[in-house]
Amino acid sequence: MTKEYKTINEISGPLIFVEKTEPVGFNELVEIRTDTGVVKRGQVLDTSDAIVVVQVFEGTGGLSKESSVRFTGDVIKMPLSPDIIGRVLSGSGQPKDGGPPIVPDVERDIGGAAINPSVRDKPRAFIQTGISTIDGTNTLVRGQKLPIFSGAGLPHNDIALQIARQAKTLGEAESFAVIFCAMGITNEEAQHFMRDFERTGALERAVVFLNLADDPAVERLLTPRLGLTTAEYLAFDLGMHVLVIYTDMTNYCESMRQMGAAREEVPGRRGYPGYMYTDLATNYERAGIIMGRAGSITQFPILTMPGDDITHPIPDLSGYITEGQMIVSRDLHRKGIYPPIDIRPSLSRLMNSGIGEGHTREDHRAVSDQLYAYYAEGCDLRGLVAIVGKEALSERDRLVLEFADAFEQKFVSQGRDEDRSIFETLDIGWNLLAELPETMLTRIDDHIIKQYHPKYRKE
Amino acid sequence: MEVGKVYRVAGPVVHATGLKSHMYDLVLVGEDGLMSEVIGISGDKHIIQVYEDTAGVRPGEPVKETGAALVAQLGPGILTSIYDGVQRPLPALAEASGDFISRGLFVDGIDHKKKWDFEPVVKKGDLVKPGQPVGTVQEQLLIKHKVMVPPNLKGGEVKEIYSGNFTVEETVCVLDDGTELPMIQYWPVRTARPSTVKMAPTIPLRTGQRVIDGFFSLAKGGTAAIPGGFGTGKTVMQQTLSKWSDVDIVVYVGCGERGNEMADLLHEFPELVDPRTDRPLMERSIVYANTSNMPVAAREASIYTGMTTAEYYRDMGYDVLLTADSTSRWAEAMRELSSRLEEMPGEEGYPAYLGARLADFYERSGRVTTLGGEEGSVSVVGAVSPPGGDFTEPVTQNTLRIVKVFWALDAKLTQRRHFPSINWLESYSLYDLDLEPWFVENISPDWNNNKRRAMAILQENAELEEIVMLVGSDALPEDQQLTLEVARMIINYWLAQSAFHPVDTFCPYEKQFDLLEAILGYREFAFEALGRGVPVDVINSAASKDALAKIRLLDDYKPELEKVMKQMADEFKVMS
Ligand SMILES: Nc1ncnc2c1ncn2[C@@H]1O[C@H](COP(=O)(O)OP(=O)(O)O)[C@@H](O)[C@H]1O
Ligand SMILES: [Mg+2]
Repeated sequence: MTKEYKTINEISGPLIFVEKTEPVGFNELVEIRTDTGVVKRGQVLDTSDAIVVVQVFEGTGGLSKESSVRFTGDVIKMPLSPDIIGRVLSGSGQPKDGGPPIVPDVERDIGGAAINPSVRDKPRAFIQTGISTIDGTNTLVRGQKLPIFSGAGLPHNDIALQIARQAKTLGEAESFAVIFCAMGITNEEAQHFMRDFERTGALERAVVFLNLADDPAVERLLTPRLGLTTAEYLAFDLGMHVLVIYTDMTNYCESMRQMGAAREEVPGRRGYPGYMYTDLATNYERAGIIMGRAGSITQFPILTMPGDDITHPIPDLSGYITEGQMIVSRDLHRKGIYPPIDIRPSLSRLMNSGIGEGHTREDHRAVSDQLYAYYAEGCDLRGLVAIVGKEALSERDRLVLEFADAFEQKFVSQGRDEDRSIFETLDIGWNLLAELPETMLTRIDDHIIKQYHPKYRKE
Repeated sequence: MEVGKVYRVAGPVVHATGLKSHMYDLVLVGEDGLMSEVIGISGDKHIIQVYEDTAGVRPGEPVKETGAALVAQLGPGILTSIYDGVQRPLPALAEASGDFISRGLFVDGIDHKKKWDFEPVVKKGDLVKPGQPVGTVQEQLLIKHKVMVPPNLKGGEVKEIYSGNFTVEETVCVLDDGTELPMIQYWPVRTARPSTVKMAPTIPLRTGQRVIDGFFSLAKGGTAAIPGGFGTGKTVMQQTLSKWSDVDIVVYVGCGERGNEMADLLHEFPELVDPRTDRPLMERSIVYANTSNMPVAAREASIYTGMTTAEYYRDMGYDVLLTADSTSRWAEAMRELSSRLEEMPGEEGYPAYLGARLADFYERSGRVTTLGGEEGSVSVVGAVSPPGGDFTEPVTQNTLRIVKVFWALDAKLTQRRHFPSINWLESYSLYDLDLEPWFVENISPDWNNNKRRAMAILQENAELEEIVMLVGSDALPEDQQLTLEVARMIINYWLAQSAFHPVDTFCPYEKQFDLLEAILGYREFAFEALGRGVPVDVINSAASKDALAKIRLLDDYKPELEKVMKQMADEFKVMS
């Protein structure tokens, strides 16, 4: 199967069309050599007796009809061994740190088979990130995929880094690793991450994949798959708890759109391919825990919402797959609040299984619900105040309005290195709620109020 | 059987030459024998959708015919199963290939080796018609499985009937024309199983959810859609309905959604007990889990395999609830396959037959007289996931044209953490009038009146809120301020219901009624007090009002409710 062909019939964008081949497998890895000896890699998208369509990861620049094409007879695989920890690789998996190539113990198909749903374990181990808006109101658990939806110029990277630094489970010390995949981000942003990883020593237990803004766009379609294949190896072969941060999914999706256009496919909503949901799912769903295996994969994808629009297909389809979303808000950022996480549209779908007695504290759910209810109501009232003025508010409404302001200042806002325990977070919540009359705490069971309300606790 | 050849592979679609198969026949593609279905025939080529990943498949590889359509295996052993979209039991796949799903595995939908204790219900010489039971098997502790003459056979006179332990493949009955009936039957999933009469939707399906049972009720055998953007509560609602609905059997189709959600359900269902029977919910459940990262073609099929099993239990005379989460992912699977077939796209790239397929699916619901003369039902609740939460998109619109109940999820309510986030102004149930007599007869003569009164208050509330947004609530006349307060009570103390509260997750009819009656009772007191000049602030600060908030969280709520109502009467007596 290593015959070389010089039968390229057409080159169009990132695609080449090859004729008169022996049977070639779908999704097979392809190597293309230019006249000058540069070797590029590609993947079969469509194969038939008549023609084979190949997408070229490093771009088709420099290719001509004279270039030779070799079909490897195998799908794309990632070489893996424990030595991969600490390495910096390119977006297509080649060493980028001057180190030797990875000598594989195993090689894995980067497509990644689906975890059989019946062997998945239920994620329920509370991860304390030290950030109140996450731990208190949108709790993260091990094995979850929780993206950050942000916008250009907002501090999502700082939040991701703070999480990577502070994330821990209460109690046990366990082996863990961070996988960082950059897709089309600027060199400066990448440096920001790398410096922080170096400063905190995180690099020693990280694997970094870098596809930067000036690297080929098609390569980006590989990057998360390489990262997640590595994550599965570390988690399910070596038993590590793996945190995967990948940024920016928006660039990844743009590459997908570009590929779709090159293939002249019928586009779905706003020009993105109809299979974008499925494609994203094959990445995001590679998070989780498997019964009887020690490790776990937790994902933190970051994406910037084009035009801050959450209904844009990229955040929209992501939100339909991930287990919640953290929304970084431009309004809060403008007010000078860090981390500017707006809890109202944010959500952690797996929160319930990771909180409460035995996980965090018995009052967690009730406190969170009550905080949500009055913060949301207070934000609504701000709109009203803008029209009718504070004077027109009832006494109750005035209290709710003040609560919302205090909530942003005391609960949401915290330092970039401030690592709050979950108990501190819940107590901040209680102190805010204690400013309201007790009869207003309608979402909290009486026995919980009696036990945790500051008024009763002081006695 | 012919063996053809792969001609072309593009994603989940394969073109093959040299086949004689019919449309929708099952074929096995490639060296690995990947399970596939013929979905088009064009010239000398068969167009095939493959239920498994096609990576590595080459032109020239064999394509084997099976001579049959995609069928579901029906017989004892379906309950408690967890299947992929083409009815392969996932635990068996895990046993065969490990924690990650690999390809080319064929596993029977039900165990062919297990022996079941078959008890005949007919005797030699009896005449049996299609759909009529010839015997029963105790499939679960409380669920009897009826072994029926398959609807596509003629029936006849019973020549032999056996009793004792048999596998599903062994003959348990022989008819006079020589037909041998085993317990198992095979049914093509895309074909509706027949029934005799479709009955009127006059019995409600009790869900234990106040906003649904009280306002937008579903009938047994009815259809409902629950559209909403991500995170608005579709899945939680479907799971809650699967837990507490008063049906005998639940078919939960996880169609292109999350793996962890399925894990959650699979961990929970065996532990939770059905309040009607005190048995684990899993015993009455069948789960299809074809998650978003599993092959799209199998996702497309999962809706049909799920429906076929639902109909099969209906045919035994059971009430079945089928929930599909999400029908949008099914429609997207259709779109993806259609675009690979290079069909003319309709609206937003969906195939032109989208509406027809949706209609065919929901049409398979209903409360019927079965061929065997029993009464059974399949009720269907479909989640819809509109892009950007915009209900004008094709899947939502086409669905609303068909289903009779619309539970509109509202992201604004979600943001306030008001659950279920079903918008009470937009939602509707077209079964409303058909069901009213049942509530009068079985719950209370006032059930429907209370409902209408509560809805009128909420309607007025919506209008008042618009004014409040302009002038503030203090500027309203006092009676309108009271209405706002009563509406707030209906919304927060009655419509809101946490799926995660151990007690409030399920609310029996009587409690639903009592709680609403209490709020409306408060309203009477309040307006009476206002009439005699008590200021609205004083009325609103009644302690008994706030005490009403927590009654719903109590299991044995009656004594507390009585106490609060008494307190209320006392408070208002002296109020001035
Ligand atoms: N009835 C409910 N009671 C309490 N919480 C709910 C309810 N419905 C939804 N939620 C909350 O909303 C989240 C998202 O709900 P989910 O059903 O997963 O949304 P969807 O399926 O529409 O994306 C859940 O994780 C839960 O926190
Ligand atoms: Mg859902």
